[in-house]
This record gives sequence, C-alpha cells and structure tokens, in this order.
Amino acid sequence: MLHVAFLMPLLPLIGFVVLVPLGKRLGDPLAGWVGTAAVTGSFVAACVTFAGLQARPEAARQFTQTFFSWIGVGGLQVKAALVIDPLSMTMCLFVTGVSALIHLYSIGYMKGDREYTKFFIYLNLFVFSMLVLVLANNLLVTFVGWEGVGLCSYWLVAFWHERDSAASAGKKAFIYNRIGDAGFLVAMFLIFSKTGTLDYASVFAHRAALGGGGATAAGLLLLLAAAGKSAQIPLFNWLPDAMEGPTPVSALIHAATMVTAGVYLLCRVHPILALSPDGRWVIAGIGLATALVAATIACAQQDIKKVLAFSTVSQIGYMVLAVGTGAYVAAIFLMVAHAFYKGLLFLGAGSVIHSLHDEQDLKRMGGLARWLPWTFATFLVGWLAIAGVPPLAGFWSKGDVLANVYAKSPALWAVGLLTALLTAYYMSRLFFLAFTGDARWQQAVPQHPALAEPHESPWVMRLPLVVLSVLALLGGLLGLPWVHSFGLTGWLGPMFGPDLFTSHLSRGALVSLDVADGVVAVVGLSVAWRLWRRRADQPALEPAFLQRVWYWDDFYDAAIGRPGEALARFSATVIDTRVIDGAVNGVATLVRSVGSRVRRVQSGYVRNYALGIALGLAAIIAFIVSRTWWS
Amino acid sequence: MSLPGPWYLGLAAALFGIGAIGLLIRRNVLIMFMCIELMLNAANLTFVTFARMLHDIGGQAVVFFVLVVAAAEVVVGLGIVVAIFRRRASATADDFHILKG
Repeated sequence: MLHVAFLMPLLPLIGFVVLVPLGKRLGDPLAGWVGTAAVTGSFVAACVTFAGLQARPEAARQFTQTFFSWIGVGGLQVKAALVIDPLSMTMCLFVTGVSALIHLYSIGYMKGDREYTKFFIYLNLFVFSMLVLVLANNLLVTFVGWEGVGLCSYWLVAFWHERDSAASAGKKAFIYNRIGDAGFLVAMFLIFSKTGTLDYASVFAHRAALGGGGATAAGLLLLLAAAGKSAQIPLFNWLPDAMEGPTPVSALIHAATMVTAGVYLLCRVHPILALSPDGRWVIAGIGLATALVAATIACAQQDIKKVLAFSTVSQIGYMVLAVGTGAYVAAIFLMVAHAFYKGLLFLGAGSVIHSLHDEQDLKRMGGLARWLPWTFATFLVGWLAIAGVPPLAGFWSKGDVLANVYAKSPALWAVGLLTALLTAYYMSRLFFLAFTGDARWQQAVPQHPALAEPHESPWVMRLPLVVLSVLALLGGLLGLPWVHSFGLTGWLGPMFGPDLFTSHLSRGALVSLDVADGVVAVVGLSVAWRLWRRRADQPALEPAFLQRVWYWDDFYDAAIGRPGEALARFSATVIDTRVIDGAVNGVATLVRSVGSRVRRVQSGYVRNYALGIALGLAAIIAFIVSRTWWS
Repeated sequence: MSLPGPWYLGLAAALFGIGAIGLLIRRNVLIMFMCIELMLNAANLTFVTFARMLHDIGGQAVVFFVLVVAAAEVVVGLGIVVAIFRRRASATADDFHILKG
C-alpha cells in the first residue's frame, strides 16, 4: 500500500495541469470542484499510505520511492525520490486534509471572482510543491518544493494585484523569503562540502564530518531559512502584509501549511541540530522572542486578519522554541493542532469578512453572534482552542511545548507562559470585538456607510468550518501528556530518539504545569472579557508602539531601505553618468581622435600605396639580409 | 650554348626594377597594369631559373599557378578600369582618390 505514495504529489499536479488549459472553459464553480477533487484524492492516497506505514513494525517504518536520477555530476548524486516515514507522513496527512477542506471552502469564498480558475491553479500547484517539500528524501528536492511554495505564496498574496498594497505585499513576502533561501543554499553548500552528499540519510550517517562548528553553522543557516519561510525574527514582517491575499490563502498557506515548513525543516535535520547545543539555544531564543513580540503586537491590531497573522507568527515561535529545546514531537504536535485551529480561525474570519462585504476592521464589527450562528459556534471552538482552554487541542499542544521548555530552562518557560497569557488575551479581544457588543457595522461614519445585514455563508464554506472545529476540539487526543503508547509520541518518538522526552519531570510537576497553563488561559480570557466585552474604543490599550509593530518596519526602512535608496540614487546620478558613461564616452573620443589622425595615411592615391608596399618590401629584405650577414 | 643561371637572375631583377619604378612613377592605369605584369613575369623568370639551377620541378609548377592567378587578376583589374572609363574619359590613377580616408 505504500506504493501509492507517489499519488499524493501527483494528483494535485494533475489538477494543475488539467486546469491550466481547461480551467477557463470549466469556469466557476466546476474548476473549483476539479481542484478540490484532486486534493481530496491526494488526501485519500495519504490515508492509504498511512495505513500501509502503520502496518509495518516500528523499526521498519521508512520507505523510499525513487523515480529517477535527477543530477549525477561527479560526487554529486541527486535522486528524485520520496521518503515516507512517520514525520513526512504526519505532515502529508494534515497538509492534504486541511488543503482539501480549504479548497472546498474556496469554492464558496472565491465565487464570482474574475480570476476564479487562476486561484485554483495556484492552489493546486501550491499543494504539489508543499508535498514535494515534505516528502523529499534529500535537501535539494526539498529546496525545489521550498521554492515552489514560496512562488505560489507570492502569486497568491498578490492575487488581487490591481491593488497596490497587494502587489507590494507579494513582493515583500518574496524578498523576505529569498533572504531565508540564501541561508538554505549556503547550508546545502556547507553540508555537501563536508559530507559529500545531500541525501538526508547519508548526511546524517556522515554528520560527524561536519564537526561541532560546522554543525552549528549549518543549524544556524537552516534557522535563517526557517526564519524566512516561517516568519521568525528578524524576517517576520512579511507575514502580516501577506494578509492582502484572499482569506483561504491566509488560512492554507500563511497559517496551516507553508509557514510551518521552516519548523518541519528543522525537525527533519534534527540529527545535525543534536550536534550543536549552542545552535539549539539560539533557535530556542529566536522562537521565544518571536512568540513574545508577535503576541504583544497582536494585542493592538485592528484588522481581524492581522491579529490572526501575528498570532500565527507567535504560535510558530512556540514551535521553533520547541525545536530549540529538543522537543520535536511537541513541535509537530503544536503544528498539527495549530493547523486545525488557526485554519479554522482564518476560515471563520473569512466567513465574517464575506458576510460584511469585505470589511476587515474589528472596530466595525460587533454583535455578529446573532447573525452568523454557524460561524460564531465554530469560531468559538477555535478561539477557546488557541487560548489554551482545556480540554481543547491548543491546551494540550501548547502545554506539551511548555512542559518541555520547563524541563530545559524555567526562565524560558516563564516567558513562554507570559506569551500564553497574552495569546488568551488578544484572541479573546478579537472574539469579543467581532461577535459581542454593539453591532457597529450598522453605524455609518464619515468614511464608511452603514453595511447591509450580514448573511451566513453557503454550506461549502460552513462544512470545512464544522470539520475543523471538531478537529480543533479533539486534536488534543493526538498527544495527551500521560499516554505514550498511541498518538504522536508513540508514532514520532522513535524517529527523534528517546532522550528527548520530558521523562525526568515527575507526574506532579506535569500536572501543575498543565494547571498553570489552564489558569493563565482563563486569566487572559477574563481580563479581555472585562475590558473588551462592551467597549470597542480603548486607545490606552492600543499604544502606537504595538500598532506600528515595534517600529520594526520603520527600522528596516531607516536602516536598509533608505540607505539602499540613497545608494541607488548615487549610482544613478554619479556612478552611471560620470564613471560608466565617462568610460564609454572616453573610449569613443579616444578612438575618434586617433582615427582622425591616422586617416591621412589613407590618401586615395594608388602610387602612395604602391610606395608603401615597396618601402615595406625593402625593409623586409633589408631585415632578412642583415639577419643573414650578422648571424 | 646555355647561359649560366645568374644572367637570367640579373635579367629578372632588371625587369622587376623597371616594373616597380614604372608602377611608382606613371599615372596611366594601363601602364601601371603592364608594370605589374612585368614584375609578375620577372618573378616567374626567377622561379624557372632556380628550377633549372637546382633541378627542382617545383619552381616551374609554381609558375603555372602564378600565371593563372595573374590572368584572373588582369580580368578583374581590367574590368574595373573599363568601368571607370565609362564614367570618365581618363585613365589617370590619381583622379580616383575619392576613396581616401
């Protein structure tokens, strides 16, 4: 059954290939159904593969499917091959599953869009690239998928490219990602130069050749790559801007799947990270700093999608923190749970935006619970899940991460707990502003007319919401802390080695940590309840420092953007006109002046030429004769 | 009966000198052509002389090539001269210096 693995990436690719020529003819909504069917088929293939993999004994759960030898140059041998192991299988299951749901949702959300088919073309290509990234058995093929998802992300962020803000957000996403990609490339060069291979299994077998310094360098370069893709400090600024894309894109690419690729990559290369304790501390620090910074920013944002975007940055920060502490299973657990509840929250936000005719400002929402019962109920589940209220998925997954962090360093844990408090607070703020209080969308203000009555979304949009809310409700079952026989711990544990568990924490410590998580969630929730349930306008709680993202973009603008612009202007006015044009003009002047002197030789009189020939001949003869006489 | 080789070489040198001087001092295109032919044939004579002196047929073979090339060159050259005559009724080489740089 494992041999159907190739169908997972193949089906979305077929969907893409079919939709490119035929999409326009199929039109709205048939093209959407074709795209959805392709991804659903991919999910079915993933389930079949999963069954096959599970049937194998624990030690033999690795299967490589080689298609062809892609590059063979001297020592560099790269095969186009898939590897199925518990890690890639877990990724595939939730990527294809969530993708299928979001494709279904998009059929409703994108209805009537001018570029309806193009949307599904990009989306199918994205799923294909993501699966290539996840399933690749060597760094280079991973990189192909890595670039593919980056490209699709660019296209989809800039999907409504007639809007200036969308076009520049797309460019911003692409450029930030490119910085990370440079880190990936250099890491690949480093690993290849030390170990002579790019194949994961062989790299890990020869990882001793990297040495301590090499492992740290490779780990940090891969962290840079992950920071670009997964929006971590210092490259996180692109993700909030990427909310310019359609909401299903935000849910699929910028919450559930693509942005977790960096975390996946770090988990994939865990044997290299294991060689570098210093590198792991840096990773943990970056993750924690991102989690905290993004959580503070999310407390003050007005745009419903921006709150969710910063929340995503913060949650991925938790995952990176988990990787840094060596809790890979916890990182994957949080990744899966996050895909469920953040996908749900984004789709819910999309449903809200859809119902209010593209209104995204939280201050212009309110009281929607009565009008959008389905969205309200499902969003409620997502909200409680991400806030960390037991017994939903977020509580268990975040608790797993925090318990591991506590085992490594109580100081980091304290900051993590503070972040959890902020998470509960800002998500509750969002929830109360959107669904309770006055119906502010009814009040006309100078810039905005009063909106018409909001309408609940069609069933194709409600069904994914319901399915995801069930998953967000029960996702915790994947990794209950005191059960190691089933769930992710038993499934992924053998891959990452037994020394990574928090086994040295006592049962009592684990329980008290979980209680602390629950208390923090409830505290954050009730603070937001007191502050935001009735009032929407509280400038004191939304300082400009947080609204402007810690002036992070302004800093980049001042430190990199403006000097770069000045350099460009200097190049254009001085270097180009004086140096480059000067050199070109100088050469031309030189040639012309030499030519005007030398042209006199070309007199036009045949006898002059004849005389020249005769004199030349005489000179040659004289030379030969002199050589003969004096030799 | 036969003269020694150097006499022929001397004759060839004299012919070549006459041709070269004529080419340099005369303006008439046809005369200049004849001078060129004179020089070519002086060279031919040298070839043949050396072929006989050194008992090497190669020199005589080269003469055939020179004759053929000279004939071809005359055809082209005379063609140009005739074309020029059509335009203006003179055969003075100096009149055609419009090709100067």
